[in-house]
Amino acid sequence: MELLILFRNQRLILHLHFKTNTVNQFLTISFSSIAAAIHNWLALSIPNETLVKVIDLTITGVLLLGFLVILCFFLGYMERKVAGFMQARYGPNRVGPYGSLQIVADTVKLLFKEGLTPKASDKFLFHLAPVIIVVASLLVMAPIAFASNFQIWDISIGVLYMSSVSSIAVIGILMAGYSSYNKYSLLGAMRSGAQIVSYELSVGLSLIAIVILSGSLQLSHIVESQRDGWWIYKGHLPIIISFVIFLIASTAEINRAPFDLAEAEQELTAGFHTEYSGMKFAMFLLAEYINLFVVSAIAATIFFGGWMPFHLGHWEAFNHIMNFIPGFIWFFGKTFFIIFIIMQFRWTFPRLRVDQLLTLEWKYLLPISMVNTILVTVMAIMGWHF
Amino acid sequence: MFLKDYFTTIFKSTKSLLTGMKLTGYYFTHPKEIKTEQYPDNRATLTMFDRFKGEVVMPHDEKNEHRCTGCQACEIACPNGTIKIITKQELQPDGKKKKAIDTFVYHLELCTMCNMCVVACPSDAIKMAQTFEHSVYDKKSLKKVLNKPGSKIMEGVE
Repeated sequence: MELLILFRNQRLILHLHFKTNTVNQFLTISFSSIAAAIHNWLALSIPNETLVKVIDLTITGVLLLGFLVILCFFLGYMERKVAGFMQARYGPNRVGPYGSLQIVADTVKLLFKEGLTPKASDKFLFHLAPVIIVVASLLVMAPIAFASNFQIWDISIGVLYMSSVSSIAVIGILMAGYSSYNKYSLLGAMRSGAQIVSYELSVGLSLIAIVILSGSLQLSHIVESQRDGWWIYKGHLPIIISFVIFLIASTAEINRAPFDLAEAEQELTAGFHTEYSGMKFAMFLLAEYINLFVVSAIAATIFFGGWMPFHLGHWEAFNHIMNFIPGFIWFFGKTFFIIFIIMQFRWTFPRLRVDQLLTLEWKYLLPISMVNTILVTVMAIMGWHF
Repeated sequence: MFLKDYFTTIFKSTKSLLTGMKLTGYYFTHPKEIKTEQYPDNRATLTMFDRFKGEVVMPHDEKNEHRCTGCQACEIACPNGTIKIITKQELQPDGKKKKAIDTFVYHLELCTMCNMCVVACPSDAIKMAQTFEHSVYDKKSLKKVLNKPGSKIMEGVE
């Protein structure tokens, strides 16, 4: 099946040619072909090259933002439902069918709330902080591969870029805590600083394990290297260890329970976003869910092969059957599986104390991931992986 | 020795974390375990548990007879002054006068459902009902008279 898009008299005519002889041609209808078709149409109808680029970027940005807003609505609903069922209750079930419009109602409520600014706060930083947090989490979306050849920016140092940009968010958190003129906010922000700086190490080391095996920092190459099996399957025990460490450390990095010391509802009221209300508060929530998605997407890409279907070595027939399921379904399936695990962490485990938090990182996760890195290196040199 | 402790801690903590996740996973996959009562919807079928205390009532039988002798033990036992009993002297068929209740006044707005009156009652005349939808627009309508009009004491209750 191939997709031809022709433009005649400003009308879009789709010619779908059905060819069932090969599986590979079936796979050509994809996000990448749609994106290429849109770009070609723009290039044909607008002569100015710069303008085409600008329009391309605008479309990408709007689509991404729209996708993220819908995603946050869905994740908010999912979280509350998961929390409900795990605590033997229903969760929201009044607004809309099965409570699905609850988040819309909450958003409308937040829109009408007064955006209060404390009198003694540092006004500039106070207003800047939520923007920085959201922007930092939006930036990390850039190199994520949603489907084959469908990513915003296939940067050659993708893994490095993501792990460094995602830590910018801590500046926003520190800003929010400092500018609020509230000792609880400041305490929460300081805790968050200590936490993110520590757990960054483990996240980096567990990502390095895959970089060693695949030999590339580029996300599309890492996905491509899993064509004959996902790394979690090909890499045996060391990769499973590094996956677990990545899950724990990234849960800490995005400030989710059981590592939510920065906001600690019960002791610090809400930590760094105590003083925020209305839509500025909603931006923190938005950033939290985007971060959750980003972290899960990274884990899905690095360890579970992103959009790559489930392939087993050289079982060609099996691989062909798996190829029938399109890439974005694989990607979102894996991502939501990991999101679910992180949500289950949140609704199962009690919060750690600050000293326990640092003990876990510096005495357990860091030594284990260092030894694990050596193991992976030996494995890569000796070629023990599949 | 140190290393042994170190690895034991890791395995023990992993095991205990997995135990917790197993439980929440069980609840997640078994919606039948949900305990929530969807109250306004299930009003018709809602049954409260046995020990639930909603308000004090005085049961009457089909002949409009109650068991209250007017001894005022409940009034004395009540810590809030919720119960007020007005008695009267009733003429018996054999010519003797006997104490009986005229009105049994019960102030629901003062009651804390402590159950002391029910415990204090020597003749089991009052009990706790399981109703709980008590909201009204006027405080005055919370003042209730428990004995029904024209009721009298049951035969054989002293």
